[in-house]
Amino acid sequence: MKEYIPKIREIARKLLEEEKVDAVLGFRKGTIPMMNEPFMARSASDVDLLYWDSNCGINLANYLHKRKEKIAVVAKGCDTRNIVNHIVENQVKRDQLYIIGIPCRGMIDRRQILAMFEGREIEEVDEDAENVIIKGDGLSETIPRVEVLQENCSICIHHNPVIYDEMVDEPVEEPDHVDRYDDIKAIEEMDPEERYQYFRDIFSPCIRCYACRNSCPLCYCPTCFVDESRPQWVGKSIDITDVMTFHFLRAFHCAGRCTDCGSCERACPVGIPMRLLTKKLEKDIRELYGYEAGMSLDERPPLDTYRPDDPEFFIK
Amino acid sequence: MSEVIIPKDELASFVGRLLESYEVFAPVARGGMYLFERISAADEADLSYKNTRLSPKGAFLPQSERMFEFTVAPGKEESGILKEAPKEFRERVLLGLRPCDAQAFKLVDVNFITKEYTDPWWARRREKAILVGLGCNEPRSTCFCTSTGGGPFSEKGLDVLLYDLGESFLARAVTEKGEQIVSFCSGKAPGESLKSKARELEAAARAKIRKSLPVDKLKEKDLLELFNGKFWEKIEFACINCGTCTFVCPTCWCFDIQDEVYKNDGDRLRNWDSCMFPIFTLHGSGHNPRAQKVQRVRQRFMHKLKYYVDKYGNGVACVGCGRCVVSCPVNIDIRRVMEVMTAEVCEREE
Repeated sequence: MKEYIPKIREIARKLLEEEKVDAVLGFRKGTIPMMNEPFMARSASDVDLLYWDSNCGINLANYLHKRKEKIAVVAKGCDTRNIVNHIVENQVKRDQLYIIGIPCRGMIDRRQILAMFEGREIEEVDEDAENVIIKGDGLSETIPRVEVLQENCSICIHHNPVIYDEMVDEPVEEPDHVDRYDDIKAIEEMDPEERYQYFRDIFSPCIRCYACRNSCPLCYCPTCFVDESRPQWVGKSIDITDVMTFHFLRAFHCAGRCTDCGSCERACPVGIPMRLLTKKLEKDIRELYGYEAGMSLDERPPLDTYRPDDPEFFIK
Repeated sequence: MSEVIIPKDELASFVGRLLESYEVFAPVARGGMYLFERISAADEADLSYKNTRLSPKGAFLPQSERMFEFTVAPGKEESGILKEAPKEFRERVLLGLRPCDAQAFKLVDVNFITKEYTDPWWARRREKAILVGLGCNEPRSTCFCTSTGGGPFSEKGLDVLLYDLGESFLARAVTEKGEQIVSFCSGKAPGESLKSKARELEAAARAKIRKSLPVDKLKEKDLLELFNGKFWEKIEFACINCGTCTFVCPTCWCFDIQDEVYKNDGDRLRNWDSCMFPIFTLHGSGHNPRAQKVQRVRQRFMHKLKYYVDKYGNGVACVGCGRCVVSCPVNIDIRRVMEVMTAEVCEREE
């Protein structure tokens, strides 16, 4: 996706020079392979730092809420869905934004590549349309990119921006038949004991750093429930009960809002697949309300609306 | 000090002998990463690792630890009295830790063992610990220990240093305690060829650390000029204010104390804390002196790279392990921050 860079810079330069925006939110090239840094270009002289490749998995909508400036934002499919969320939830105004749309071909799963070459130092990761090229000390490997995409990207059905002011390129083709919930169905089949143990194992490495929460564009509460001290709702230790309480409650707060952008898993320093929780809720919301988060500015999220045909009988 | 050769096929029996006398902590493969954990069998230790995702500081300062227990039951004699919770203080061997992490322990001692106060649990565990380091034949591209007073084969803080010679390890005792460990090895003393191989490995490893950082310039910088630097706004922009950098860091020592009470009985716990969290500095009054993200980000870097430098005069509070560089979700790179902080002209707040 590096071919988008000149166009991103061209659009950004024009917007800044013509003072149509105060800043352009995007990425700049990272200091280590497979990492880029969210970056705000504030003047035309910053523009050449703007960068794009398949390592821009952090969701930039996370940097938009409660901002006052007029901002152009470089946004892939999931980012735009979270921007829609933000607008619907009154975190940012549509007319404050200039959305530079990225037809996304999916983000590279850094963790998977690091694990594949564990023990060998990766010094450079390059990409073309089909492949990821990994170079390092005595290392030169070419891997088809479809094999090393983040899991959420490999089952993504909204690669293209759902809302934009200008696209950097033609839309990419969206896949026809994707079963997004293979793994969730398997978990639904488990009996409660087994399922409890399964999640216990998954969350046991958690160090409570809150990288998942803090990289999530949905988590903008001024004070998160785990940070409340009067009263304190959750213990602060790494006791598994408290760890699971944090993850389960956070997931529930994302119900009907999560776009499966994968920022949480990308950010996690210990590799916890917490999307298993949010995906289950995404599936439930789809089945119960026929709703997909972040697709339309004109539709209220199901959990903040009342409808007489609500499937929950108790609400009638 | 003694040197012996441990053939790799005898490593397991050596670790087995250690396990008979000590608690042994070692790098263990855990689902795509390595962690430093207490092992119960010799084959759990995997010395082929590069480095652990989290530092080994948890061996002396567990992420969560029960300090005291108490009851507030009315009428009981011990009601309201804190009793020390039982803890493990057996002699322990940290096997195969990296030299940077050993240096980090010495650095953290500065905080937990002072003239006025000693943290009894840190101090006792440290005293009872024997650190068997493993030199780094292949430092990672994110390593910069040579800029922070260490090196891939630095003996600082170690009792024994191991050289991985391919077919065998060369173990060199650095302290009296280390001699004790080396005596567990049944191997022979190394011949001249293996000794020179060790020296070659050391030189090659040093040469592989390409990054040289201007650490010495930090002490010359004016504290307020740095504090008021306009560059913090650029550094902090991407930061999501998670605790990753502080939790993976071998020199971050901050903790929080919490009481957890159920009915009349409770525990007083000590948990790792992070200066990145807003609640870290939240006062009882509701005032928060570091309410803004930029203040918290500045605090972390200023503490490591300036306040510590000025207060103790023994360099930066960073050992160049590169863990925060690897794990930061948004690529905030302490090496770049150091370069910005030591740039000739500090951009200042207008």
